Amino acid sequence: MWRSSIGKKIIMAGTGLIWIGYLLVHMYGNLKVFAGEEAFNHYAESLRTLGEPMVGHGHALILARIVLILSLAAHVWAAMALTRAAQQARPMGYAKFHQASGNYATITMRWGGLALGLFILYHLAHLTWNVPVLTGEYEPGNTFDKLVVGFTNPVNVVLYLLALVAVGLHLWHGGASFFQTLGWRTAANRQPIRFLTGALAIAIPVGFAVVPLAVATGLVA
Amino acid sequence: MKLHLRVWRQSSVEDRGRFEDYELDDVSPDSSFLEMLDLLNEQLLEQRKMPVAFDHDCREGICGMCGLMIDGMAHGPVPGHTVCQLHMRHFKDGDHIVIEPWRVAAFPVIQDLVVDRGSFDRILQRGGFISFATGTAPEANSILIPKDRVDTAMDAATCIGCGACAAACPNGSATLFTAAKIGHLGHLPQGQPERYRRVIGMVEQMDAEGFGGCTNVGACTSVCPKEIGQDFISQMNRDYLRAVLGRTGD
Ligand code: HEM
Ligand code: SF4
Ligand code: FES
Repeated sequence: MWRSSIGKKIIMAGTGLIWIGYLLVHMYGNLKVFAGEEAFNHYAESLRTLGEPMVGHGHALILARIVLILSLAAHVWAAMALTRAAQQARPMGYAKFHQASGNYATITMRWGGLALGLFILYHLAHLTWNVPVLTGEYEPGNTFDKLVVGFTNPVNVVLYLLALVAVGLHLWHGGASFFQTLGWRTAANRQPIRFLTGALAIAIPVGFAVVPLAVATGLVA
Repeated sequence: MKLHLRVWRQSSVEDRGRFEDYELDDVSPDSSFLEMLDLLNEQLLEQRKMPVAFDHDCREGICGMCGLMIDGMAHGPVPGHTVCQLHMRHFKDGDHIVIEPWRVAAFPVIQDLVVDRGSFDRILQRGGFISFATGTAPEANSILIPKDRVDTAMDAATCIGCGACAAACPNGSATLFTAAKIGHLGHLPQGQPERYRRVIGMVEQMDAEGFGGCTNVGACTSVCPKEIGQDFISQMNRDYLRAVLGRTGD
């Protein structure tokens, strides 16, 4: 299946869905900053104790990371293979070309996806590996403090907001594409799917964006 | 009306090809695009030059032979039309028009604006048929098919294999053509025995011919002279997934 063009799209749809699920959980967690420092830090710690005593300390988190990394690797591999196939399918371009359909989200899936990948690396460097780039001194082990200090730098806030725009665009096309790839889209449900996936493509970035914005405006401190 | 044409000229498969500019006077707005090219060729013959080669047959929009990229638009600026059904009244006096062949690796240019669409035939050979006993025409009502299924099958069956979908696709994908052929047979009882072998075989051949993959852009439907819908692609994807998972019992 992975050899064929449709098989690659099915892989992209499945792995994309895993990431959407992750984003929803992650967004829910982030919104706990509004419950205060203690509640948020308690939540961060509970991610490590998740599943105990059946699974060891921090193991559930490691498992989730493995699934996410493998999903992203498969997603990017399929994206690159399809991009190469598309280039080889038209070695000589048109002197004049009018793209007959598709919006900004459609044409930025590849470059926007790459931007997302780079952002994921930056995001990990910032909050997981604790690389002191655009952030200041914070109390070690205090996740809430780390987050707030990070977003007191406006450059960081702008960077995150731009990445969220990229997420929204990717999901605007990718969300509807998901249903089409898996063969669930029909003439009858086309509009509901556009509405549902459009709402998701707006809700996810907005749900994430309120956190850096709340810090930047001093609502969360 | 007077036109400034920029036409792709290529003497053979090996020739690298180039654009040439021509001026054409006294084009009737009531003539079709192909009649306008006939006029150009008469002018070229009078000048003892090689006429421009282009494909055509029925000139009624039903055979699928004609197909040109006109100003970057497959079959020109009018939706739901083949080039032979495109009339010059959609252009203005003094217009500059760029005319190119389909640019898809799986459609090599044979000469000027003529491409070889044998790749479509080979996709069809992998499943665009049924193994139903032929012979004398059966009793008309011996197999009853619901009207909406017939209509859907007929919508897919209107595909004339012109290649505009692949030509307009930013990925150079033949997905709409393949999906139309699969959707046509897949909606009829006669097409059921090979339904899942068909989708595997035709998709395999489509990839093997060097067409790109679909990323759900939708340009194909926009340029398709028969306005074949994206639903057929969705249906093909579902049949493909079922075939791969072995869930082929309906
Ligand atoms: C390095 C990161 C990424 C790259 C390079 C990338 C690239 C792509 C490309 C090229 C497509 C196919 C576009 C199309 O079919 O039109 C796609 C589809 C998709 N992507 Fe991503 N992407 C990335 C990350 C993500 C993330 C983080 C998510 C989830 C939030 C995601 C969700 C999706 C979904 C749902 C689809 C639709 C699958 C389908 O067409 O059925 N992607 N991606
Ligand atoms: S699907 Fe439409 S554009 Fe493609 S070959 Fe058939 S008629 Fe032409
Ligand atoms: S010449 Fe037959 S469809 Fe145009």
